[in-house]
Amino acid sequence: MEVSMWKTLVTLFALVAGLFVASRPAAAHHGAAAFENDPAKRLVLKGTVAEWIWANPHTFLQFEVKGEDGKAVRWVVEASNPPDMQNRGWTKQSFKAGDEVTVTVRPVKSGRPVGSIIQVQFADGHVLSAVGGGGNEPAPARP
Amino acid sequence: MKKRVMALMCALSTAGAIAALLVIPRVVFGQGEVRQPGAKYDFDFKGEKPAPAPRRDISGVWEPAAGAGAGVNANGAQQMPSDGKPEHELPYTAEGRAAFLSHKPTFGVTMVPSALTNDPMPGCDPQGFPRVVLHNFRTSRILQTPENVVILYEFNKKWRTIWTDRQLPKEFDEPRWWGYSVGRWTDDYTFVAESAGFDDRTWLDNAGRPHSDAMRVREEYKRADRDHLVMTIVVDDPKYYSKPWTALILPMRLQAPSFDIREMECSPSETALYNKLFANPAAGIEP
Repeated sequence: MEVSMWKTLVTLFALVAGLFVASRPAAAHHGAAAFENDPAKRLVLKGTVAEWIWANPHTFLQFEVKGEDGKAVRWVVEASNPPDMQNRGWTKQSFKAGDEVTVTVRPVKSGRPVGSIIQVQFADGHVLSAVGGGGNEPAPARP
Repeated sequence: MKKRVMALMCALSTAGAIAALLVIPRVVFGQGEVRQPGAKYDFDFKGEKPAPAPRRDISGVWEPAAGAGAGVNANGAQQMPSDGKPEHELPYTAEGRAAFLSHKPTFGVTMVPSALTNDPMPGCDPQGFPRVVLHNFRTSRILQTPENVVILYEFNKKWRTIWTDRQLPKEFDEPRWWGYSVGRWTDDYTFVAESAGFDDRTWLDNAGRPHSDAMRVREEYKRADRDHLVMTIVVDDPKYYSKPWTALILPMRLQAPSFDIREMECSPSETALYNKLFANPAAGIEP
């Protein structure tokens, strides 16, 4: 009885939180109309960094993903502008060509290998998130 | 005993759900406790008792008080976002609504993919005023001189002048992307500027809200205390809107005088690369 009730509570919480998250637009990206906004359609792609472009209006990462047929597909995935990414702890030096990465992507509706970055996990396990906060540091002295 | 455990679990679960719902939008969606390195925010000083406001002084480096993302309004003006809610429907005239529908923004209820937009800003045309504050208010420095107030904006590295030694002209021979602004102190802690003479090619916000050449903007800066300044923007455009409407109320926090405002530029060559490698494929447009 307790286990069953606990499961119900957890499920209810997950449903409410999920609905809440799904109903919020992603506020940081440059044009939301092209993307699949259903979190269930997110992709987790393992690949090798080709180039990290630190530019306006948005930064973007190019990386190669090997398909089951052995052929490499070049993915291009964007994040926000450089100042917003700095606020989340990213820098122009966050990637170098050849880095092995696992990228969680919100793909576009067109089916092209294009999307926006949710997060990147590096081979050593550290993660950079492209959404929300990060890089918090102690408050500096008052003027 | 079992009942008490269940009641406790139920209470904890409910509290957890409420806390999570309060926290999720702050953590995930770019608002709240998002920090620009080196900046300070209200969440750093909970329970503070700020010092009194200085008299007739709004100078300094200012940052949105609630967090680095609190001045970025991708979905349209902060007070009236383009989200389809009836309470956020702007009081368009017929001419204003037609102008709005001719715009193809990348956010809001009429959004299109980036590659299909006719937003002047991504191509590096001037975003002008008040879009610079309604869309993307970031760290800014306010300078005061005997003749004017000058505001230096981080977003796209722009600046504008609010004259304090003259009246607003009655007619404008040369419409400006940034309008023509004059300001005055209405009391020792409130500075109010009126702007007019706008070039109607700029948009009001990131959701494609339009303005005509008849627009006037009322801009108020209220120095609440030593560390806070509240900016309020009211749009009055009788050609496009049947009544004035408040677009922004933004509390800002004073930063150290030595705070280095970052570079954020609109670069046509970088934009072209972005369109080629990202925006066009995203919209399914062939190279």
